[in-house]
Amino acid sequence: MSTNTIEFREVVKYYGDKLVVDGLSFEVRAGECFGLLGPNGAGKTTTLKMLLGLVEPDAGTISLCGHAIPAGARFARQRIGVVPQFDNLDPDFSVRENLLVFGRYFGLPASKTRAMVPELLEFARLESKADAKVGELSGGMRRRLTLARSLINDPDVLILDEPTTGLDPQARHLIWDRLRSLLSRGKTILLTTHFMEEAERLCHRLCIIEEGRKIAEGAPSELVASEIGCDVIEIYGAAPSALRDELAPLSTHTEISGETLFCYVRDAAPVNARLAGRSGLRYVHRPANLEDVFLRLTGREMQD
Amino acid sequence: MNAPPYDTPAHARRTLRPVRSRRFALALPANATNWVSVWRRNYLVWRKLAAASMIGNLADPMIYLFGLGLGLGLMVGHVDGVSYIAFLAAGTVGSSVMMSATFESMYSSFSRMHVQRTWEAIMHTPLTLGDVVVGEIVWAASKAVLSGAAIMLVAGILGYATFPSMLLALPVIALAGLAFASLAMIVTALAPSYDFFMFYQTLVLTPMLLLSGVFFPLAQLPEGIRRAAMALPLAHAVELIRAAMLGRPIVDVGIHLAVLAGYVIVPFFVCAGLFRRRLMR
Repeated sequence: MSTNTIEFREVVKYYGDKLVVDGLSFEVRAGECFGLLGPNGAGKTTTLKMLLGLVEPDAGTISLCGHAIPAGARFARQRIGVVPQFDNLDPDFSVRENLLVFGRYFGLPASKTRAMVPELLEFARLESKADAKVGELSGGMRRRLTLARSLINDPDVLILDEPTTGLDPQARHLIWDRLRSLLSRGKTILLTTHFMEEAERLCHRLCIIEEGRKIAEGAPSELVASEIGCDVIEIYGAAPSALRDELAPLSTHTEISGETLFCYVRDAAPVNARLAGRSGLRYVHRPANLEDVFLRLTGREMQD
Repeated sequence: MNAPPYDTPAHARRTLRPVRSRRFALALPANATNWVSVWRRNYLVWRKLAAASMIGNLADPMIYLFGLGLGLGLMVGHVDGVSYIAFLAAGTVGSSVMMSATFESMYSSFSRMHVQRTWEAIMHTPLTLGDVVVGEIVWAASKAVLSGAAIMLVAGILGYATFPSMLLALPVIALAGLAFASLAMIVTALAPSYDFFMFYQTLVLTPMLLLSGVFFPLAQLPEGIRRAAMALPLAHAVELIRAAMLGRPIVDVGIHLAVLAGYVIVPFFVCAGLFRRRLMR
């Protein structure tokens, strides 16, 4: 078995006639944060379910922590923690009880689990809520509890499916902060997301998936530099096609998505000069990001 | 899974399918003890609400027992050699085992599986789907043992059952609890929503309840219907329980036990396959 923590090779999955994962290959090395970035319906959750041995692929090989999946999945799961997209906490138990009960599934002795609980509550900033029922927690608190619960077996690998979807910005930043501290402890993280900001902040490497296929792979900054390599001016509020004809000679490249015009420019000054003072227009001059990479590669925006 | 050969074109590689038997193995229990942590989780939740749950479990059969036993008993007199209420007590133990195990397997397990997604959380640990299903079935049977034993105790105290032969009913109650829980799990595996359980209640539970010797002896039934009733588990459970509670000898113990055991094992494999299709595809 290879030394990679996670390995996906040419994995294929059909749901009936629909091809959901199409020859996907990637690997995750120990200690890194790897992202699967793509819009809804790209096959990210299916990929994670196959990785956990919960869904069988139709072709390809998967290995997790040195175990072949799905044959050795239950052994691999001993060393991993999972934060799913939708919470599955026990509503009948308090915060503390949720952590204690979950440790039992790993065969951990009750004394060991009890010893870990205070540290986990502190990590999740839920000390004051230790005896609160799950129903009393906000969405952000529930996600932090799920994250703490996923650490009860002191895993080497964390697998997170859209960890901050549905959370307000403050909760999102707290989760990102917790994940960064886990990375600094040497854990390996695989996460899926459709927020490019999350991928840019957390991931050492990522791959962009669309309709089950990998369309790009690499470190976020490298991808942006190689695919775009310059700044972007985003313009909305006016008919994009007419504006494009006007601004195309001044830009390296232009792209239209919906009602927004994207101008990729090495030198923003001429375009800014043209747009200044026009009413009914809003425009933003910013560095390129992964959204632009996705738009470049697929012709459509990632957020829906 | 073997890697496809180097020169297989990409589209042809996609038509490979894993072997059927290995797929099913993933849905079976990983070992003999994993299910205990699932059972224990359910026990801990139950313990928080134990008093209310017990009252609920016992009230219904008790009302039937005393209402029908005394009320009908006055009109009917002796049935099958004993007072009607003694005859009915054994039937009530059997029916409460059926109802407790079935309702826990259906409504409660469905909540955990589909609404709370507890099964999903557990399947992210080293436990498998089979471990969860076994844990849920044994838990439902545990609730059935509790309610069946409690009614039997009340019947014994009031003199409607003979001691110590009634203790022989306990292993039958456990086996019957497993059988009804296992059978009801098939319904849970197929149910799109809670409303679906009404089908099972109306089409299976109620006929079984009325035709299995709970309220009147099986001998009253026409031959054909009696044969059909004997194909179902409740009739066998009630035969064994009644013999134990009334201290009577019984023939064909082996057949009764074998039918109950069959209803534990076969439905388990059926529902394991159905759950695998539902949750692991």
